[in-house]
Amino acid sequence: MSSLRLTALDALHRALGATMTDFAGWDMPLRYGSEREEHLAVRTRAGLFDLSHMGEITVTGPQAGEMLDHALVGFVSALGVLRARYTMICAEDGGILDDLIVYRLREDAFLVVANASNAQLVLDELIARAKGFDAVVTDDRDTYALIAVQGPEATGILADTTDADLPGLKYYAILPAQVAGRDVLLARTGYTGEDGFEIFCHPGDAEQIWQSLTAAGADRGLVPCGLSCRDTLRLEAGMPLYGHELSTELTPFDAGLGRVVRFDKTTNEGAFIGRKALEKAAAAAEANPPRVLVGLVSEGKRVPRAEYSVVSADGEPIGRITSGAPSPTLGKPIAIAYVDAAHAAPGTTVAVDVRGKHEPVQVVALPFYKRAR
Amino acid sequence: MSNPQHLQYTKEHEWLTVAEDGVSTVGITKHAADALGDIVYVQLPEVGDTVTAGETCGELESTKSVSDLYSPVTGEITEVNQAVLDDNALVNGEPFDGGWLFKVRVESTDELLSADEYTALTNPSA
Repeated sequence: MSSLRLTALDALHRALGATMTDFAGWDMPLRYGSEREEHLAVRTRAGLFDLSHMGEITVTGPQAGEMLDHALVGFVSALGVLRARYTMICAEDGGILDDLIVYRLREDAFLVVANASNAQLVLDELIARAKGFDAVVTDDRDTYALIAVQGPEATGILADTTDADLPGLKYYAILPAQVAGRDVLLARTGYTGEDGFEIFCHPGDAEQIWQSLTAAGADRGLVPCGLSCRDTLRLEAGMPLYGHELSTELTPFDAGLGRVVRFDKTTNEGAFIGRKALEKAAAAAEANPPRVLVGLVSEGKRVPRAEYSVVSADGEPIGRITSGAPSPTLGKPIAIAYVDAAHAAPGTTVAVDVRGKHEPVQVVALPFYKRAR
Repeated sequence: MSNPQHLQYTKEHEWLTVAEDGVSTVGITKHAADALGDIVYVQLPEVGDTVTAGETCGELESTKSVSDLYSPVTGEITEVNQAVLDDNALVNGEPFDGGWLFKVRVESTDELLSADEYTALTNPSA
């Protein structure tokens, strides 16, 4: 029918009656039933996701850490073994090429997880940037399927299928383990604002693992979840999505994520790709803040959508929505937007141009939702 | 999914009843409701408004997108479904029954499809 790539769980999604969607060239489940119910299940119980579209790239070798320090904005070589870090890859001009999670699997091995839409670009860049380093970059997109179980019941559900030390597995850590009797890399990471796990497994084992988790979750309210609720979950949690909040036109400082840029790196004499431009961006952000990334909440029913204009009380354009959706948790439309710093203070009332009509919205601090710990 | 045989359909995924005393009931099909996902906002014309066949007369907003609602007929609105305005989920749950949108006194209609023609349009492989 088409040249969309299918995940190892494709037959299962179809058996579950999923509505499928083309996401970055992959045929992925958008939702199985009601995306609102799926969203609320993750907030209150647990949800099961197929994230096999994510792009896994392995970097190995004696200089793997130094190579990634050179290629990325983070201080990757300082990462402890079996720990993870959120970071970015930038162009020479400081523009964001992708946001990434890097896991340190061993002293000399790192797993880089890129967005599906950018995976090829990140792979090509890493191969190019590895030149001169004793490090090997491997395309492992077909090596792994990726299953996530997210939500307050995730630990209990997973515990039924693994002997791994889950209490000992900290947030942003990873562990070689067995789930449903299959060898996996088990990470305590996610993109939902809830506690949860991501399971990197052999594609041939994905169905077994999915079914075991489904069985373990049956009496705990676990439901299969599609990408639609993943988007509203991350939006409520204030997490950026590449192509929306992040782009090549923006530096990490523009996106309010300057903390990921580690000018204090000691490897390679502190040099890394994009450093010069990013130092300028950091200084500019401090002296004359550009547009600021803020949350918007509407008391109305109409939803501010990506690309809609944000306007001031007197109708002047002051910003642009990057993501917006009805928030199942808040019961109101929410959005993330870049707005002029003068209008960015929480509590400010601005408006969104919803197809010609100015709907009042209030600026709030991100995130919209933070789980109780 | 089965489209009720007694209804008429449009290419814009609306259905309408055969007029009784000149009045038809209008809604969107299950195919359309499924494609939209959870509907979170419904804007309908008001009683007394005149709608025009093929022109927008309202809005359906879902988690993912906003869609125009096209009127399949020209005529005057005689009733809108308050239950749907109060509980948008009716459109997803009962698109052919409790999720109806409005009733209209029909002056003229667009080109309409039978249930079989509409099914063929939305599911060409069947």
